[in-house]
Amino acid sequence: MKEIRAEQITQVVRDLCIEANCHLPGDIKTAISQCRACEPFPIAQTVLGKIEENFTIADQDNVPICQDTGLACVFLEIGQDVHIEGNLKDAVDEGVRRGYTEGYLRKSCVGDPIERVNTKDNSPAVLYCDVIEGDQLKITVAPKGFGSENMSQIKMLKPSDGLQGVKDFILKVVEDAGPNPCPPIVVGVGIGGTFDKAALLAKKALMRPVDQRSEKPFYAELEQELLEKINGLGIGPQGFGGKTTALAVNIETLPTHIAGLPCAVNINCHVTRHKSAVL
Amino acid sequence: MEKKITSPLSEAEARALHCGDNVLISGVIYTGRDAAHKRLVDLLKEGKELPIDVKDAIIYYVGPAPAQPGQVIGSAGPTTSYRMDAYAPALLDLGLRGMIGKGKRSPEVIASMVKNKAVYFGAIGGAGALLAKCIKKAEVIAYDDLGAEAIRRLEVENLPAVVIIDSEGNNLYETGRQDYLSMGK
Repeated sequence: MKEIRAEQITQVVRDLCIEANCHLPGDIKTAISQCRACEPFPIAQTVLGKIEENFTIADQDNVPICQDTGLACVFLEIGQDVHIEGNLKDAVDEGVRRGYTEGYLRKSCVGDPIERVNTKDNSPAVLYCDVIEGDQLKITVAPKGFGSENMSQIKMLKPSDGLQGVKDFILKVVEDAGPNPCPPIVVGVGIGGTFDKAALLAKKALMRPVDQRSEKPFYAELEQELLEKINGLGIGPQGFGGKTTALAVNIETLPTHIAGLPCAVNINCHVTRHKSAVL
Repeated sequence: MEKKITSPLSEAEARALHCGDNVLISGVIYTGRDAAHKRLVDLLKEGKELPIDVKDAIIYYVGPAPAQPGQVIGSAGPTTSYRMDAYAPALLDLGLRGMIGKGKRSPEVIASMVKNKAVYFGAIGGAGALLAKCIKKAEVIAYDDLGAEAIRRLEVENLPAVVIIDSEGNNLYETGRQDYLSMGK
């Protein structure tokens, strides 16, 4: 049994909030640069160049890549041989509070969806906990901006809709979103499970590196096929036209009910942020 | 080639801008997003005066990150504009000349822009660190309680943007995509 103090968790969450918001993951940077090199449309090349310039400034100056520093989505993988001393949820929320306040990040959380009064410190976190084997605690902070979150959709397809129904729905979501979610986007897809689980899978899919295809060969091929189709739509960076509409399509799947085919599409912008640490 | 423009922007200057033009915006602009727009339009409904003069003004749809020590303002890129569509026509009718944001606008907003000869500019969404460098002065002038959503008076220098919808209603989101798709055909 390993003891982890709540205060340690707070400190790590604080640091990850700041780190994730100011420094884009390497796989996203590489993908943007590669897309710029293959982009045939002049205005799209210019936009991708500005996007590169932006994440370089953020790196150098330690400032947020985007002003929308998101809702703080926090994913914990808790080893079953870990004992946490103190209140876990409070520790995470306190980490968010400190990270967003001490890191000069934008506070974008309202305490109630109808009353809409800002909580002023970006707490609470959107917290997910998975129990895994072992005696380690993995913490991932993935700040989620809402320009792209608002363009996400879920559909409870029928089994008879099949693979074609899944493909059509994913393309429709990207088409409906158009320029709104700040393309080039990352498309997270969750297929199967229940209504809620499909959405969670789609969100988790956004944390897989964009240069890493599904472990399942069938879905790896589907990811590639959908990426080509999306990049054939012509939406382009910022919707000004061009080839680079998406950097990747990441698909995660789960077993589901005999009567159902849930399909969730969670869109992320080119500022697809996440940072992890292990205690 | 970029066109340099200065805000406030006259009707004649707005009419000279065309869909797809790259512009560098200097001068005084105001920030405003969801909550501030709701308050502005509520004031109009009550027949009260607005805290800013919108005639010939440009509103930037942005909720900036807080300034770090030594910074004028934190990262400050555009937010998605369609959420302001319900409020924009009332401000355009008062002479609002420009809006800076990103993403699609409603047919009602576009019709109001054509009627009132206004321009919709797109700044690069997600490029908040880069865009903040063009903001030389920032001051909250209304609704301080809204935090990031307060109305700020900004002095900007060469803020890069693209004319997405011009005063005749031409729309880069339609033409740009068509131009790309017909390339090489």
